Formats: sequence, structure tokens, C-alpha cells
Amino acid sequence: MRFAVAAVAFTVFVLSSSSAMARKKPESQIYAQFAHVPDDARARANPLEADPDAALAGRKLYERHCAQCHGATGESGRKGPSLLVPEIQTASPGALFWVITNGNVRAGMPVWSKLPEPQRWQITTYVQSFGEAHTATAPPGPDRAPGR
Amino acid sequence: MGRIFLAGLAILFVASTASAQERPYFVTYDHYLEEPGALELAFNPLFGSVSGGNDFVAGSIEVEYGASAWWTTELYLDGQHTENESTVFTGFRWENRFRPAEREHAINPILYVEYEDVNGADKVMAAVVGHDVASDFEEPNSETVQEIERELELKLILSSAVKGWNISENLIAVKNLAGEPWEFGYAFGVSRPLALAASPERCSFCRENFVAGLELYGGLGDTEQFGLADTSQYLAPLIAWNLPSAVTLKLSPGWGLNQDSLPFVLRFGFSIEFSNLGSR
Repeated sequence: MRFAVAAVAFTVFVLSSSSAMARKKPESQIYAQFAHVPDDARARANPLEADPDAALAGRKLYERHCAQCHGATGESGRKGPSLLVPEIQTASPGALFWVITNGNVRAGMPVWSKLPEPQRWQITTYVQSFGEAHTATAPPGPDRAPGR
Repeated sequence: MGRIFLAGLAILFVASTASAQERPYFVTYDHYLEEPGALELAFNPLFGSVSGGNDFVAGSIEVEYGASAWWTTELYLDGQHTENESTVFTGFRWENRFRPAEREHAINPILYVEYEDVNGADKVMAAVVGHDVASDFEEPNSETVQEIERELELKLILSSAVKGWNISENLIAVKNLAGEPWEFGYAFGVSRPLALAASPERCSFCRENFVAGLELYGGLGDTEQFGLADTSQYLAPLIAWNLPSAVTLKLSPGWGLNQDSLPFVLRFGFSIEFSNLGSR
């Protein structure tokens, strides 16, 4: 009997909190995380920039870990914001890597340091490939690292 | 109960499977919480060899839910079967983990609070504390099921990510609410994926899907007799396999390090994760 009570209480809790959870945070609050990136992290270059397999591996990792929230092609998902916006696509690789690593815990994005560093760089490479068409037509953003 | 079961099935049907990247440990906790909105179902059976008594198989069914990016909650239902004795349900545990830090640090703290309502026959060994010793497992189920243990378990989880390695330390304090003294224990774990970078191919057997590690855990006595005397200690290598289908399989043989420990413990883990529970 006591286990049935515990199971019912837990189920009610999960169902009630999951509907509250599903509400997406304002995107301005989420992108604001980029303002908190330390300068040294922002300036880090992507060590896998010249690796032709990085974007392919990044795509595999993105589909496995990120697409549930951000959408299959970064267009925005049920919980996560769009990754196609200038705030993301003009960010330096180091800034994007830092946000992936640290998440945005108060806004609902978990930390992803559980993925080894090379995998986070692979995801960074793939996410920034979303915006190649965008950056080809737009002027470079102020956040973009030299040489990228 | 039938309606609740059907409702649960319906929820899982609309949810999709998520990334499998579960902690490789069985006893030690690292600082990674469940992703928000993700529900993990897990079954963790354990075989224990008892030199002066009957061998047993214990297991817990685990339901883990990411309530937010800083809070994960879990419900465990425990049971066991002891050879030549009986099969018994041993109780439930409700666990919550909270992440106080907004960002990653060299050492990341997690606060852990668990309430457990189990009986004395519980053999899941989710944590080893106080003066838990091998002779406890020799007592027959018919007697131990009569002992009700309502306990509050607190842990300070410290965990670091260093060059692909995870290094985790857990300090454990348990208070039996019937007024017994505080009991203490610890768990320490290190682990690393077999490859740090992902391969571009989609594969189940890629090295990056496997994590190898080692756990060391045991009791530290209680407020009346703190230390290693009359405690059990275990060393357990482990391997975890994170499949692309959101399933994780884990295996860990463990050995007792002193005469008060069980000589051998074999743990197995199966889990599957569902994402976007409750999302529209």
C-alpha cells in the first residue's frame, strides 16, 4: 500500500511539473547567456576547424543530444530556442563551446560537460554550419573570432 | 492502479526516446542531472555472494525525471530474492538531487536528499554506510522484513570533468528517523569514454559509446564509532555502453576488500530514456 501511495504521488508530481516544464523560456533570456561568456573562452579557436569529419560527427551528436529541444535543423524545438539566429551564428566558436559546456541552467538548458571536449567542439562545428548561408550574405558580427 | 498504468503507457507513447548518456556508476553519483523533461526507466539487478548464508539477487526499478536543469527526482522500488528463502518487496526510496551552481567549475557540487521507507531485508546496496557488514545478509528474510527502516539520506556530491575523465566523490550521511545515530559512508568513482571524439559514422559499437571506470565505496562508521572498523569496503571496475537507441547497459563486478564485506557482488544495469515528456 505504501509503495502504491509513493508511486501515485510521484506520478502526479511528474505530470504536473512536466506541463509547467514544457513552457519555453523567453528567447531573449536564453541568448543573454552569450553576454556572460568570459573573454578568454570567447577567444578560443575551434581545434577541429580543419577536420573534415567534425561537422559529420557533430551532426550525429546533435541529433542524439540536441535535436529534441532545438529541432532537427536548429529551427527551434518544443523547449529550445532557434539556433539559426544571428546571436548564435555570429558568435565565436569559443563562445558557443562555452555555452554548450555550461548550459543555461536557470533558463532550462543543462550543462553538457558530460560530453568530452572534442565532442562539444564537433557539435559547435555542426551548429555553426547551419548559418553558413546566413553569414555569407550578412556582415560579420562583432562577436566573431578573427580567422573564422 | 490499472488506470494509472495505462496513463503511464500513454505518456511514454507520446514521448520520444532521448540521448543515452547515463552515469556509468552504480553507487557513485556525478554532477550531471537528467535533462529537463526527460524520463528514464531503469532496472538494476545485483547478485550477491554470501559466504555464511544464502546468495541473493536484489533489484530496484528506477524512475528518474528531470524536473528542471537544476533538479532531478527519482523513485525506486526495491525487492530481492534470497536462495532457499523467499522473494520480497523491500520498500521504496524517493531521491532528489539539486545543482546549486549555475556554471561548470573545477569541482561541481550537487546536494542530494533521499527519504527511504524500506525494511531490513533490503539488499540493493545503493549505498554502503555505517557498520553495514556481510553478516547482515545472513539473517533470514522472515526476520528482516519485520524491521522497518525509515531513513533520511544526505549526500554531498563533488564531481569534476578533467581531460575526458570524470572524477566523483560522494560523502554520505544517513539518519534513521527512529532515533538511531547518524551513519556515514563514501563513494569514489573515476571513468572515461574509450574515445573522446565521436566518429562520423552512425554506429553502436564505436569506442565513444563505451565508458570504463572504477568505483570504490564503503562505510565510515557512525557518530558513536567513526572510522573503518567493522565496516565493509568494495572495489568495482565497471563498463557502460550507451546505445544510440537511448538504451544504456552497464556491468560491474565488485569485490569486498575486507572480511566484513561480501566476497563478490555483480551488478547489471539497463535503462532507457524518454524525452519531452509533457511537451506539446
